Amino acid sequence: MLKDITLGQYFPGNTVAHKLDPRTKIILVIVYIVALFQANGWIGYAVVTAVTAACMALSKIKPSNMFKGIRPMLVIIVLTAALNIFYTQGTPVRPGWIITWEGIARAVQMVLRIVLLISGTFLLTYTTSPIALTDGLELLMNPLKKLKVPVHEMTIMMSMALRFIPTLISETDKIMSAQKARGADFETGSLVQRAKALLPILVPLFVSAFKRADELAVAMESRCYHGGEGRTRMKQLRMQTRDYIALALGAVFLAVMFVLKRYAL
Amino acid sequence: MAEIITDKLCHVYSKDTPFEKTAIRDISLTIPQGQLAALIGHTGSGKSTFIQHLNALLQPTTGRVLLDGEDINRDKYARRDVKWKVGLVFQYPEYQLFEETVYRDIAFGPSNMKLSKDEIDERVREAAAFTGVDEALFERSPLELSGGQKRRIAIAGVIAMRPEVLILDEPTAGLDPAGRTQILDNIFRYREKSGATVLIVSHSMDDVARFAERIIVFDDGGIAMDGTPDEVFSRSQKLVEIGLNVPKAAELALALRRRNIPLPESVFTHEQLLDALLKAREGKAC
Ligand SMILES: Nc1ncnc2c1ncn2[C@@H]1O[C@H](COP(=O)(O)OP(=O)(O)OP(=O)(O)O)[C@@H](O)[C@H]1O
Ligand SMILES: [Mg+2]
Repeated sequence: MLKDITLGQYFPGNTVAHKLDPRTKIILVIVYIVALFQANGWIGYAVVTAVTAACMALSKIKPSNMFKGIRPMLVIIVLTAALNIFYTQGTPVRPGWIITWEGIARAVQMVLRIVLLISGTFLLTYTTSPIALTDGLELLMNPLKKLKVPVHEMTIMMSMALRFIPTLISETDKIMSAQKARGADFETGSLVQRAKALLPILVPLFVSAFKRADELAVAMESRCYHGGEGRTRMKQLRMQTRDYIALALGAVFLAVMFVLKRYAL
Repeated sequence: MAEIITDKLCHVYSKDTPFEKTAIRDISLTIPQGQLAALIGHTGSGKSTFIQHLNALLQPTTGRVLLDGEDINRDKYARRDVKWKVGLVFQYPEYQLFEETVYRDIAFGPSNMKLSKDEIDERVREAAAFTGVDEALFERSPLELSGGQKRRIAIAGVIAMRPEVLILDEPTAGLDPAGRTQILDNIFRYREKSGATVLIVSHSMDDVARFAERIIVFDDGGIAMDGTPDEVFSRSQKLVEIGLNVPKAAELALALRRRNIPLPESVFTHEQLLDALLKAREGKAC
């Protein structure tokens, strides 16, 4: 059941979207988010939706997997829709109702905005392995090193965290199963009882996490890890033609959205 | 009474995702009351997946598991109650210890069963005795003990529930030879006293050859062989084909047979090898 969390999960593949340089993809996601927030009319939303759908098709992600990623946000989405429907002034749908045509339109647009935002950012994590992602981030933030920002330390921490999340999840699963086999019950009971029921999981989990951290530190030191200074990479990232094409398309997309916004379409 | 039947059991992990993986397929087995069976198979052949179905920790993708003729997944109460009847000790169970004292950790299972204090106390002491956990350790923290001691405490924690079926996933992994023999002896003592059915997953052919009444061989999610040690180890060629080895004594017997020393096919423990060799020498003498 813990494995059902797909938030930020990587789905290996061999599509153009997977092959793009992670730097390109990170920049494109930023472009995408800026562009999405320019949409303020139906045409604008239609364009962003079409672009998102095209990207999803390109990366061969099944819509069902996408929806799995959106499911945890369902409460927020429903709440946003409800608030917008009921609290927007305008012409009532029927005389005397508080639901207005404007409210419905706004609700649809807000929901679209959230869904598109999630889908767009998920496209990045679906098609980019955590390691590639942090590598890309480190290279993009390199200029900040001049300002004494510890970029390398930050990204290595991030990639380690990402690397160990699946390990911790499977470990939690294992410990949960072992305690369930001894009759532990995590699903029923009052809130206090359920909180108490977590103890048999948390204690072993922390014990092994600390042990693992210790071992990792020793392993890194014995392989002479000494920070980012003078460290080279096995896989050098290089921008390809396809990256420049993708970036150019991104720029066109952004320009279109700015124009649409100008004319409030 | 505790007879386990699995009926065309299949399990698929991460169904409908790119990570979909069929771990076991079409496993139909009957493990009768009181049997001492061993489950062997190479890494990733689905042994752990299979045994987690037997106490309803995993639900079958298709197929059924019956305990004494009743489906253990019939409702959520049945799924819970089966945990008391079928005790499952995980691989490296020492990682599941969490209580402040050894005593309370062993008592975790029985207290989840909502037993009386006296009953719990009796069971904890009994389980500790079975597994060779000294009562002097009861007030110590389980986290500060040695790996072998932790392992015993974890096994005691399951035995304290007095399961009618005891399943252990590689109970001797990572222990020294003395520790291995002791743990196995402890398990057999529990079986003798309680008449429980015991299923042990093991990678050690020598252990399996010595103790098992029945050997079930898994290969790539299915059953490759199922029979008495005699039947299984006499087909050593097939065992080697699916990436397993044969007991040392059987290997030796095979090598001797190639050198024209007449030994029967059914030699796979040290004692049997010794007997067979003595017999072969007598045969030569006269
Ligand atoms: N939680 C899980 N999610 C996805 N796949 C899994 C999971 N657990 C096991 N598998 C896969 O199912 C298959 C069977 O695994 P299982 O753990 O049952 O093997 P095993 O026979 O116990 O191996 P070992 O001897 O190494 O313990 C393996 O290919 C494994 O990768
Ligand atoms: Mg296993």
